[in-house]
This record gives sequence, C-alpha cells and structure tokens, in this order.
Amino acid sequence: MANQQPTSGNPRVDIAYRKKKNAEEMRHQVITFALMIFLTLVAFAAVGYADFSGWFVVPFILLLAIVQVIFQLYYFMHMSHKGHENPQLFLFTGVLVGAVTILAFMTVIWW
Amino acid sequence: MHAEEKFTHETWPASPERATLEAKNKFLGFWLFLGGETVLFASLFATYLALKDKVPNAEQALAKDLFELPLVFIMTMLLLTSSLTSVYAMYHMKNFHFKKMQLWLGITVLLGLAFLGFEIYEFNHYVHEFHHTFSSSAFGSAFYTLVGFHGAHVALGLLWITTLMVRNARRGLSLYNAPKFYVASLYWHFIDVVWVFIFTVVYLMGMVG
Repeated sequence: MANQQPTSGNPRVDIAYRKKKNAEEMRHQVITFALMIFLTLVAFAAVGYADFSGWFVVPFILLLAIVQVIFQLYYFMHMSHKGHENPQLFLFTGVLVGAVTILAFMTVIWW
Repeated sequence: MHAEEKFTHETWPASPERATLEAKNKFLGFWLFLGGETVLFASLFATYLALKDKVPNAEQALAKDLFELPLVFIMTMLLLTSSLTSVYAMYHMKNFHFKKMQLWLGITVLLGLAFLGFEIYEFNHYVHEFHHTFSSSAFGSAFYTLVGFHGAHVALGLLWITTLMVRNARRGLSLYNAPKFYVASLYWHFIDVVWVFIFTVVYLMGMVG
C-alpha cells in the first residue's frame, strides 16, 4: 500500500506525475493557510473592533476555531489522505473524552 | 524496501513516511499519543474554564485586565506561519530535496523561537506589572498551567526538530529518518491546533468577559 513504486515501466513519467501531484497538493495547502489566516482575522476583529454581545461572539469565535482546527487536521496533518482510519479513531476518542471532561468541569463544578 | 537503502529521485517512494514497517508503527503510535495529548489539553482547558477569574480579592487582575490582543495576534501569526513552513518542509521531503527540507525546517524553528520569546515576555509582564503569578490565585494557577504546558510543548518541539536537523545533517534523506521528520512535523501542527483553542478560549473569550 505505502510502497507505490513506478508502475508504467517508465520511471521518469511517474516522477513527473508525482511531482505534479505534490505541487498541486502544496497549492491546496497554501489556499488552506490563507483561509486559516482569514478565520483568525475575523475572530480577532469580532472581539477587538466589533461591538457584539458575548452571547453572540463566544459561540461565533468557537465555531471559527473548530473550522480552523479541521483545516489543520485534515490538510496540514493529512487526515484527509487514505490510510488515516486509525488516526481518526484515536483523535476522535480523545476529543470525546475531552468534551465530556470540559462539560463536567463547566456544569458539575461550581463555587 | 529497507531503511538503509540509498535512494535517488527516481527510486524515492511516494509515501516515505509510511514505506517501512518501522515507519508504519511510528505513524500509528504517534497518532495514539496525539489522542492522549488531546485528552491532556482538554482537561487543562476544563480546569481553566472552571477557575477563570476566580481570585481571592478585588485587587487581583482578571483576564480582561491582563490580556492585550496585539501581542496575542502576533504570536498567533508566528505559530500559524510556522505550521505552513513545516508543510513546505514535508513537501520537499516527499520530493527528496533534503537541503530544501532542512531550510524550511530551519525557518520553522526560527518562527517557533520568536513565539517562545514573546510568551516569555508576556509571562514576565504579567508577573511584574500585575503580580499575576502561579500562586497568586486559582485563576493564575489554571492560566499558567494551561498556557505554560503549551509553551513547554513548543520548547520540546523546537528541541526535537533541531536535534533531528543536526543529527541527520550529513546523512541526507533515507527511509530511516524520513518518518522521524514527518512525525516531528505532525507534532508541530498539533501544537498549532492547541494554540488555536488557546487564543480563542483564553485570550479572545477572556476579553469578552
């Protein structure tokens, strides 16, 4: 699976194809980066410049953070690629346990 | 395919980070570790949210008195950009360009160092200007534990990437060290994932009140 050696019998053709594929992926990564910068700017502007109420702005910036993290995980960390079933299982199990912990600390514990 | 094999541009595999059994094990084991790290940071976030602005008296500074958005914004941009530069490093790794990979990793390390410098300045500022220390309040303890743990991860990541660069400087790329570089870059991205939640939950939500 991981050992994808040249298959066309002409290594140079495969190299050219793979280089092109890598360059194309890199272009997508740069677009992802631009989107992440944009989300960050929106989040800072929503808090720093706009005069929104806390009830709106808190869920809004949390949503922006979640979208940005999805970009980071699926593009920068390649979770959208094949062969990432186990990473998804591990990570989402961690997210589930973490979410329950946060929920418990914010609701069950008070002073 | 053996780890010691010498490669050229033609023979370098498409997914060097998972081409050998050892590499596959590293990949799997590292993602399991990241799952555990998620739980670790989630519990630190939970503690912070429960103890935010819990101070013993009215003289103690609260989140909205402490934080300054321009500084946090600069730190965010530095770490986010360093995430992209490590993507560039892995792009060159996949194309078997060792020198270019080293260069982009070097840029990543410099950006990480700048981030760490700002964080040290920030903590120093809070301690000396606001007397906001680790033991001044429950809020202080929760804040320094969460943000400090992230800072420690940045420091470890810098040490890790630098060690890899120095150790392999004369070796060039092989299937022995390519997975090591890949896993270190995953760690670096994860540090940025955690920072996205820190700047949102700690700093931005701290300014909202």
